[in-house]
Amino acid sequence: MKRLLKPRLIAISILSVFLLLFAAGCKKKQPAPPPPPPPPPPKEEPKPAAAVIRSFVAEPSTITRGQSSTLRWNVENSSEVVIDQGIGTVPPSGQRVVSPGDTTTYRMTARSAGGDAVAAVTVTVTAPPPPPPPPAKPRASLSERMAREVQDVFFDYDKSEIREDARATLQRNVEALKAILNDFPSAAILIEGHCDERGSAEYNLGLGDRRANSTKEFLVQLGVPADRLKTISYGKERPFCTESNESCWQQNRRAHFVGVE
Amino acid sequence: MKRQWILLTTAVLAAAAAAYTQVQSDIVIRLTGGARKVIALPDFRGAGASAPLAEVFNATVFEDVQRSGVFTMAPKSFYPLNAPQQERDLRAPASPQAQCGGLCLSDWGGAPVNADYLGFGYLGEQSGRLVASGNFFNTRMEQPSSARVFTKLYVGELNEAGARKIAHEYAADILAQFGVPSLVGSKIYFVSDRQGKGTKEIWVMDFDGSNQRRITHFNSISTMPSISPDGRRLAFTTYAKGQPQIMMYSTETGRFIPFRNSAAPTNAQASFTPDGRHVLYASSVSGYMQIYISDLDGSNPRRLTATRAIEAEPKVNPKTGADIAFVSGRGGLQQIYRMNMDGADVERLTNGEGEASNPAWHPEGRHIAFAWTRGYAPGNWNLFLMDVASKETVQLTHGQGRNENPSWAPDGRHLAFCSNRTGSYQIFTMLADGTGVRQLTTEGNNWMPVWSK
Repeated sequence: MKRLLKPRLIAISILSVFLLLFAAGCKKKQPAPPPPPPPPPPKEEPKPAAAVIRSFVAEPSTITRGQSSTLRWNVENSSEVVIDQGIGTVPPSGQRVVSPGDTTTYRMTARSAGGDAVAAVTVTVTAPPPPPPPPAKPRASLSERMAREVQDVFFDYDKSEIREDARATLQRNVEALKAILNDFPSAAILIEGHCDERGSAEYNLGLGDRRANSTKEFLVQLGVPADRLKTISYGKERPFCTESNESCWQQNRRAHFVGVE
Repeated sequence: MKRQWILLTTAVLAAAAAAYTQVQSDIVIRLTGGARKVIALPDFRGAGASAPLAEVFNATVFEDVQRSGVFTMAPKSFYPLNAPQQERDLRAPASPQAQCGGLCLSDWGGAPVNADYLGFGYLGEQSGRLVASGNFFNTRMEQPSSARVFTKLYVGELNEAGARKIAHEYAADILAQFGVPSLVGSKIYFVSDRQGKGTKEIWVMDFDGSNQRRITHFNSISTMPSISPDGRRLAFTTYAKGQPQIMMYSTETGRFIPFRNSAAPTNAQASFTPDGRHVLYASSVSGYMQIYISDLDGSNPRRLTATRAIEAEPKVNPKTGADIAFVSGRGGLQQIYRMNMDGADVERLTNGEGEASNPAWHPEGRHIAFAWTRGYAPGNWNLFLMDVASKETVQLTHGQGRNENPSWAPDGRHLAFCSNRTGSYQIFTMLADGTGVRQLTTEGNNWMPVWSK
């Protein structure tokens, strides 16, 4: 750095200095010269630049499992750019579609003789919503299951004893009733006692009560929980059949099962 | 012997049996030792606004008198052309054989009418009210003044209900002359499905079938009514809350009265003791339907039977208040039994044949009417009477359909019952000897009549 001074300025400056020196020398001691200016900074030698990662992003950064994300990057001054997680060497700027199965952090290393640079980006993977439940095979209602799985039992005239054929039926009913009560935890089973039209309405109320009750007792003995069995006598108030013949009467002498929720 | 007894029972129970004069019965004695009296009831005619009401008035009077069983009704076709309308129309015959076209009592007392008594009068309107002038004369007396049994004015509203009311009053006054209590004002409670198939509600009607009116509105099965002796409480069995329970209802206020049911699948068939202070009913608290007695509100229940059989239909003797007729299956098929109020001294009343049900005590407490299948196939019920002391029976219906649910009228001379003789179940009344059957209901099916004061 050279200063170019015009000759007149130089002359004036020199003269001024001498005059000042003279004048000052007459009056007092000459002050210390100012400190020297600091040395100029050492001039950098040209050497290789360090790698710079301008950007490294994942878009989107959160995906649902099965979706993909795009990694984009832009690196300068790098001799080699490597992304881990099996991606390997990539160009200094570029993009890559990734589909990680789980949340994954991708680390980028940009190498350069002047210095490496490192960056990381994380792709967060969320679990997909559960699949819709398999199309539910339509769940049978309580009354449908009662009708399908539980059979009525029949009685002799003026009798409430469980007949031989009714014992077999009730034994089959036990498993069905247990399963149904299991599937419908708040349900109860109502056992209706019915009679044919011949006895008096008043007596038949008692007879229907007996039929329902002896049916209940039989089921309880076979392990159906008693607290989930209720009885009701309809006597001859709710006949299943209204003709006056034995086949119809037999149909009406029954214990009928109804599910109650 | 049997024949004699049948006659005796019939006579005791029905004035219709007046022929059997040897029987010591107040009713029969008052009926004056002989055959039924013959009565003539020529139609009343109405003046002005009352004219359209004459038909219902005349029909009501005729039915009430005929239904009483006290009289033989003289055939109307034999009546003379004219009938007196008031006492001063009557004339004394010029000679014993003279005819005066109906204005002489002898025209009615002689052939062909041969009436012992003549009821006559007319209807009129006065101040917007219906007025009947009713007369009742003994045709055997020659002089009208001495022939008069009574002459009376009856006043009612100027409509059909008013006409029916004063007709009942006039007929009641005629019957009262013969010691026959009137049924006017008595009600029959019953069960009907007319409001909807599969439902049963409690209804009520006048004794003659008029004014049929629904009481319960549960849209459920409400059945087996009974009425307290004072007629103020109605008890019945209802499925309105699920299992059958007893409910009680005030016939005065139309409100329900609390009744505590036992915790049992079935509580049913309440009936009242004659003092009106207790209720008997059937409950399956023990696992078998048994008979209990409780306070009027259902509290303090006490068990009266202790069997492993069905016990039903407890009915306390209304006269003695000391014994209970009931139905039991303890010996096999249902039969009627009797026991003391504490459940002791049980005896079977029916002889074990067939099936028996529906015991109904006669107001005098010596007989029961009941339904029995004796002599018929199961389910083919007929009505019978039994003298409880001797256990002898007489049959009242004879295979015309199924006949059940007898209930005595307060006069002890009529029975209401249920029969399907017309193809559907309907309510009928008849005299206690089985005659004079009248159908009271036609709509839907109707069962279990209970005749109340």
